[in-house]
Amino acid sequence: MADRSSFADQAMEFTPQLFSAALRMTRNRADAEDLVQEAMLRGFRSFHTFTEGTNLRAWLFRILTNVYINSYRAKQRRPDETDLGEVEDLYLYRRIGSFETAAASLSAEEQFLDLLTDDEVKAALEDLPDNFRLPVLLADVEGFAYREIADILDIPVGTVMSRLHRGRKAMQRALYSFAVDRGLVGAASDN
Amino acid sequence: MADCNETLRELEPFIDGEISDEAREHIHGHLGACVDCQQAFEFHLELREAVRRKASNDELPASLVAKLEVCLRDDFDGDGVVGSGGSDDSASVR
Repeated sequence: MADRSSFADQAMEFTPQLFSAALRMTRNRADAEDLVQEAMLRGFRSFHTFTEGTNLRAWLFRILTNVYINSYRAKQRRPDETDLGEVEDLYLYRRIGSFETAAASLSAEEQFLDLLTDDEVKAALEDLPDNFRLPVLLADVEGFAYREIADILDIPVGTVMSRLHRGRKAMQRALYSFAVDRGLVGAASDN
Repeated sequence: MADCNETLRELEPFIDGEISDEAREHIHGHLGACVDCQQAFEFHLELREAVRRKASNDELPASLVAKLEVCLRDDFDGDGVVGSGGSDDSASVR
């Protein structure tokens, strides 16, 4: 049982991560601020249910995710899962070969990843439907384990794995299409 | 030693750190002998790191920090009670 008076000391360090995740969830700065504030408020109120010594970061992310799902997702139309379509395995890796390296010291793969902008990576993630975006966000950005993600989202571990697999492939397809749009890859590339 | 298809099937659990030590050893054994798979694994490790780095660098707004600090220090839930209820421990927060 945790003492509420120590909540700020323990929880404030996680607010940058919570805000970043909230932005990926809501795709909107004002909503993200409200979401973090609401999550911190709920965390404070229910801090007596937190077991000292267990993972406070996971506990806070569970609250953040629940507030998002219950308060914000309801406002948005949930895209159909089939919107993702089928994407082959190793989608991005198989295509980077057409990317011409400018710097000989870097591999084509390394340079491709360097050239992806923060905004492109954020957009590729944020464009995923919620069912896929939340697992990918929690795993690839926040580094949670399958079991932790299953607990946070209240879904089976097998579902976490299959959504990660499909969500990541869809994200790779989006990243590739951004690169094509910018002329980073494709037949005409000469730099 | 695992073949390429078996190894690539384990790519995501491997990168996620969600496989047994035994399976990890099998994969390392294959990667040591197969440049194609090794490059594929390296790319996906780097992709993961790039995604993490590029999607988590948002600046925390000063306005949010200020709001949280005021709430946490003074009157978190706006009910007029400071902290955990001041001197009255029975004053639970709704």
